[in-house]
Amino acid sequence: MIEVRDLWKSFGTNQVLKGITLDVPKGNTYVVLGGSGSGKTVLMKHVIGLLKPDRGTVRVGEHEISTLTGRELNEARRMFGMVFQGAALFDSMNVFDNVAFPLREKRRGTRLAAAEVRKRVIDKLAVVDLGEEVLGRWPAELSGGMRKRVALARALVSDPQVVLYDEPTTGLDPITTNYVDEMIVHAKERLGITSMVISHDIASAFRVADRLAVLYDGHLAAEGTPAEVRQSKDPFVQRFLSTWFEKQ
Amino acid sequence: MLSRLRDAFEDFGRMILFAGETVAWAFRPPFRPDQVLAQMAFIGAGSAFIVGVTGTFAGMVFGLQMNYALRQFAAEGYTGGSTAFALARELSPVFTALMVTGRAGSAITTELGTMRVTEQIDAMETMAVSPIQYLVVPRVLASVLMFPVLTMLFNALGYGGAYVMGVFVSGIPEGPFIQHTREFLGPDDIFHGLGKAVLFGYIVAVITTWRGYAASGGARGVGEGTTRAVVASSVAILVADYAGTVLSVGT
Repeated sequence: MIEVRDLWKSFGTNQVLKGITLDVPKGNTYVVLGGSGSGKTVLMKHVIGLLKPDRGTVRVGEHEISTLTGRELNEARRMFGMVFQGAALFDSMNVFDNVAFPLREKRRGTRLAAAEVRKRVIDKLAVVDLGEEVLGRWPAELSGGMRKRVALARALVSDPQVVLYDEPTTGLDPITTNYVDEMIVHAKERLGITSMVISHDIASAFRVADRLAVLYDGHLAAEGTPAEVRQSKDPFVQRFLSTWFEKQ
Repeated sequence: MLSRLRDAFEDFGRMILFAGETVAWAFRPPFRPDQVLAQMAFIGAGSAFIVGVTGTFAGMVFGLQMNYALRQFAAEGYTGGSTAFALARELSPVFTALMVTGRAGSAITTELGTMRVTEQIDAMETMAVSPIQYLVVPRVLASVLMFPVLTMLFNALGYGGAYVMGVFVSGIPEGPFIQHTREFLGPDDIFHGLGKAVLFGYIVAVITTWRGYAASGGARGVGEGTTRAVVASSVAILVADYAGTVLSVGT
């Protein structure tokens, strides 16, 4: 579903990505693990076309994202939902308007009636265990976990084929982290969504991933199923994973 | 030093491209009348009080000063005409633009800058919505439409202030005060000022939205962006005022 081929990207003299190649099969959850500044977010922004590569290609479904611009890129983006690290809820809108935003902004001719929009918003909020009582609340009035859940509902509301999660569990307490992990698995199992998660949370990554990659210094130090990555002989991967597995 | 200069030119170039993109997006559907009206209320109605107060006092003080200067030639009857002329062509568009930059322009940069650093603008893009069309175009249109309206308000209250000071306080006879205003002030003077107001509205909106749209570096970056937006807009208003005057009336 997502094919990244030999992706290179630099900012000024800082070479962030150095030839990344990876495949995310349809319906799978793919986690990219890595430390701060390893280029995880840059990689994800290429997948959704927020950044253009210096070299290499990104293909998602039928679309060659790395070469699209303008309207074609916007068309391609309709297959995505994205959950941002800080939730990125529009703080000038209440919860209902935030979740309804992607539906109201659909192309002309495919727009939904107000009653249908409301029904879908309530349905998607129910998927993330939020009731109608939150509809009128403002992002500033929500806890961190609730904001993440509203962001997930917003990402899912237009029934995307691919959902991207940028550090979905950062800054959350262990119970909410578990809850968000369950949401990711739930979205995959119930809705058949292909997911790409970038994270530095090893426990969470091993819980949700069908496949895993460890990003280090602009390249993939390990890639495969969670069991394969766990057995990696790469010194950085061993050191990175041991920070968590040795505690267990 | 050279690299800073190069960065400044690069930033200016990107802002010009952004200004062009704004114009292009303004003509593409979907149009967003609700957003434009909301911004007109914020930029226009929201600034009316401060523009009105500034206009009244500017007119009052200008009326007093002109009366003081012209009385030395026994020509104080021209106070109304000269004040109206100065207001229509220069004082109203420039003062209005400076006041609205301070009140609404700074708020625009802060709002868009905060949206940028909290990834709300990226989120909008990932939902296949152009942030330029959704966020920037309504603010630019609202500015271009409301700056002339606010300038007219400044004109009216400024002239009213000059009238009160000239006729009621300084004792200038009402007849010559009004008569010389009619002689001095033609519709072309009003339109000259309103044309400038449209230009200033566009300039202020582009600079303040750009500084927010291009903000980076968290709260500090937003603060710096807001300062730069207000300073750059204020300087640009005065430079554009000079250029506009030279182009329309020559030297």
